[in-house]
Amino acid sequence: MSELAALPDLFPAETLAETRVRGYWQSVTLRLLRDKATLIFGFLLVAILLLAIFAPLVAPFDPYKESIVGRLKPFGWRGHPLGTDELGRDLLSRLIYGARSSLMMGTVPVIIATVIGGTLGVIGGFAGRKVNTAIMRTMDVFYAFPSVLLAVAISGAMGGGMLNGILALSMVFIPAMCRIAETTTAQVRSLDFIEAARATGAGSLTIIRHHVLGNVLGPVFIYASSLVSVAILLGSGLSFLGLGVKPPEPDWGLMLSTLRQSLYVNPIICALPGAAIFVTSICFNLVSDGIRGAMDVRL
Amino acid sequence: MSQTDRGGPAQPLLIARDLVKHFRVAGHNGSGEGRVRAVDGVSFSVFKGETLGIVGESGCGKSTLARLLMHLIRTDSGELIFDGDGVDQPAGVSIAALRRQVQMVFQDSASSLNPRMPIRDSVAFGPFVHGRKKAEAREIARDMLLKVGLNPDLFGPRYPHELSGGQKQRVNIARALAISPRMVILDEAVSALDKSVEAQVLNLLRALRRSFNLTYVFISHDLNVVQYISDRVLVMYLGQVVELGPVDDVFARPLHPYTKALLGSRSTMDPARRIEEPPLTGDPPSPIDPPSGCRFRTRCAHAEAVCGDTMPRLSDWRDRDSHVGACHMHDPASGHSLAVS
Amino acid sequence: MLGIVLRRLIYAIPIALGVSIVCFSLVYLAPGDPLQTILPADASAEAIAQIKHEYGFDRPIPVQFLYWLGHVVRGDFGVSISTRRPVVDEVMGSLANTIMLTAFAVPISFLLGYTMGAVAGCFPGTALDRIVTGGAVAGVSLPNYWVGIVLMIVFSVELMVLPATGMGANGSAQFSLFSLADLKFLVLPVVTLALVPVGILARSTRAAVAEVRGQDFVTTLRAKGLGEFAIIRHVLKNAMPPVLAVMGLQFGYLMGGSILVETVFTWPGSGFLLSKAIINRDIPVLQGAILMLAMVFVATNLVVDLLQAAIDPRIRRA
Repeated sequence: MSELAALPDLFPAETLAETRVRGYWQSVTLRLLRDKATLIFGFLLVAILLLAIFAPLVAPFDPYKESIVGRLKPFGWRGHPLGTDELGRDLLSRLIYGARSSLMMGTVPVIIATVIGGTLGVIGGFAGRKVNTAIMRTMDVFYAFPSVLLAVAISGAMGGGMLNGILALSMVFIPAMCRIAETTTAQVRSLDFIEAARATGAGSLTIIRHHVLGNVLGPVFIYASSLVSVAILLGSGLSFLGLGVKPPEPDWGLMLSTLRQSLYVNPIICALPGAAIFVTSICFNLVSDGIRGAMDVRL
Repeated sequence: MSQTDRGGPAQPLLIARDLVKHFRVAGHNGSGEGRVRAVDGVSFSVFKGETLGIVGESGCGKSTLARLLMHLIRTDSGELIFDGDGVDQPAGVSIAALRRQVQMVFQDSASSLNPRMPIRDSVAFGPFVHGRKKAEAREIARDMLLKVGLNPDLFGPRYPHELSGGQKQRVNIARALAISPRMVILDEAVSALDKSVEAQVLNLLRALRRSFNLTYVFISHDLNVVQYISDRVLVMYLGQVVELGPVDDVFARPLHPYTKALLGSRSTMDPARRIEEPPLTGDPPSPIDPPSGCRFRTRCAHAEAVCGDTMPRLSDWRDRDSHVGACHMHDPASGHSLAVS
Repeated sequence: MLGIVLRRLIYAIPIALGVSIVCFSLVYLAPGDPLQTILPADASAEAIAQIKHEYGFDRPIPVQFLYWLGHVVRGDFGVSISTRRPVVDEVMGSLANTIMLTAFAVPISFLLGYTMGAVAGCFPGTALDRIVTGGAVAGVSLPNYWVGIVLMIVFSVELMVLPATGMGANGSAQFSLFSLADLKFLVLPVVTLALVPVGILARSTRAAVAEVRGQDFVTTLRAKGLGEFAIIRHVLKNAMPPVLAVMGLQFGYLMGGSILVETVFTWPGSGFLLSKAIINRDIPVLQGAILMLAMVFVATNLVVDLLQAAIDPRIRRA
């Protein structure tokens, strides 16, 4: 026992730098708060989200109300701030309501794909070679299609509509999420602390729960957030082709398609829905870039 | 959770017999497939309460051997006997039970710790897995951190990246000891540390061994460190044991030419010590296609025809004091011209 | 090297098979009776019976797939419901038009994207870098059909210098690359198609160049006294492989994105064919076009993979 008593002498009084002990997520939040560019676009995004949620309260007119007389009128005509579309409906209201379907088509497929693809990927990364090969090769087949093509194929075959569009987009993103989850899991799995955990006698499920998930969720979440802007573009693309939201629902892609006939009458109006898509997409892009920058710090 | 001694002090804690592990390697040398003979027929014993050092150059199979002892990799053939019970045998001790009694400390202190877990949770994970409640496990973790000289209130909630290399390695030691194992395998545990820190950790290890009644297997390529901490030493070359014996004996009177060369290559500040042995020539042969017979013969100054024909055997050893070497020069029956009769 | 070529070829076969399975199952995704989806509404009883026999509709599904595959391999993709012409004729003809667009768009986007990215990568942190990076982010967020519409508004409606839709002054059958009047029809679609990949390529190039510049061998070259221009050449050469990989992927994007651009400009390519087929619920054409386009994509990826292996010796040893 005399050896134990001597132990404190082995290590002269040690101190650690007097840093406030911060959890990982706290430091991420702090970094985000300091990133002005991301904050600005984040606010913009929240604004768009609020507009979509509170559309009935914010929109000046009923988006479905047609008017034979007031078709394709310019800005400010009879109180319509942005004019009217080819069926006489108020453009601003339709733009505001259109945010709903665009955001839905943007976020729901990504969430579905993250859950399904992520689970498949973690299983693939952790399981033996046969399971891994089976999962990843199946994903490769879907990866062999360009995204737009696959989305159009699935949605087109199924007949269009928002639900089929969401399904189709989910199918497009599942392979990508699966891949990133599998790569990250395989990487983490090869690290020493996993071997150490196994040496302690922990079973696979315990290891996944305590050691793997925490390290995998980060990259997966970052990748998923970067997919949202792509989903918005693809979703409105589907609607543009007539495969997503069906008329008379307001949707930016659909509006772009129907207003196109009136290009020579009132060109500016035709560009507006696309601008909305662009702005939303770029906001998501920049915010996800900012999140990635905040989260990806090499500890 | 401390395990009971089953065989008494005379019974070796761990016996390894003819362990073999080959890895398949995709061959780009035109031969299609090759096998890396990482561990090729290794036998030895580890006695209770001792520190067995294992030395060898990179690629000699030490790390593979360490993982075989813990059953982190399956052996191709050979057996392990832990305190009299066969490992992974129907009547013997299960792998899970083995893992409760043998723990390992790895070389890379940083990657051995989950970067997203505070230190105290990493240390508490072991007891937690073995059935302790969270609060109990945390208490054990506190205790262990104290024993390795880290203030648990100061270091417990920290993350690995906030600690120095030596501190991280002490955390790894605490983690290994948290489930009260009987044996600890240290795979190059101090090789990545600065010299001064290395000395601290070595002394800590010695103190811990005495107070917890542990047995160590200490793997290293650094001969001085091995001499400092080990009771007996085992020398490996290309997957085989070439010499085994008490450390002072082996270092003072090495039997195998490889051991002699290793010892001779240690640089020293003492001008009076001259290197007498011929130096090691050539590169270590590839573990995929080792030389026939004695694997060391391509670099040995005393190699003869018989060395290429037959593989030298490690002579029988019986107890802690036996000193044996696998070389034809020490085998009277081999036919080597220098063999002592 | 030959080993890699063979291995990749062999690997591509199950992928191609999987792709064809997916295309085959599209018919079953469609609501309603699969037989109805591939036949015109007023098909006679004999026609229905004949199709049933040829495609094995009364057999189990895996057998149907083999029947279908047999037809496909022989070049028989069925008959278009709307035009009654063989699908393969429609698809092949339109594919040529799409390839024309892509053939112009790829070099433009590569040159522009690579230059922008290289400039940004060689002068990181400057205003130029920020502009390029900002442009790249914007490019990635742009819906390419919207860009087409905006360009149409500017150049066709307002300025009236370029035609808005169609291919060729006398229709697509008479289109000639040597006629200036015809070429004008090419400009807007090609520019629209090329724009978004420029953003992606610029981003990747910038990242690759920045990474290569940070590597030790560049510092060594500079220490040896090599001039800045020569160093830039070395850097650009080393930054090529990852950029080529991205470019290969962009080809797939262009094939897929052509659907939208061709619809906007009414350019009679395979994408336009596809969207017409969707409107008309012409499933045989849908199937055939998607199968063709997907196969082209798989083939392109294969070629890009092999090119990468040819250029980057590290991959060859993998």
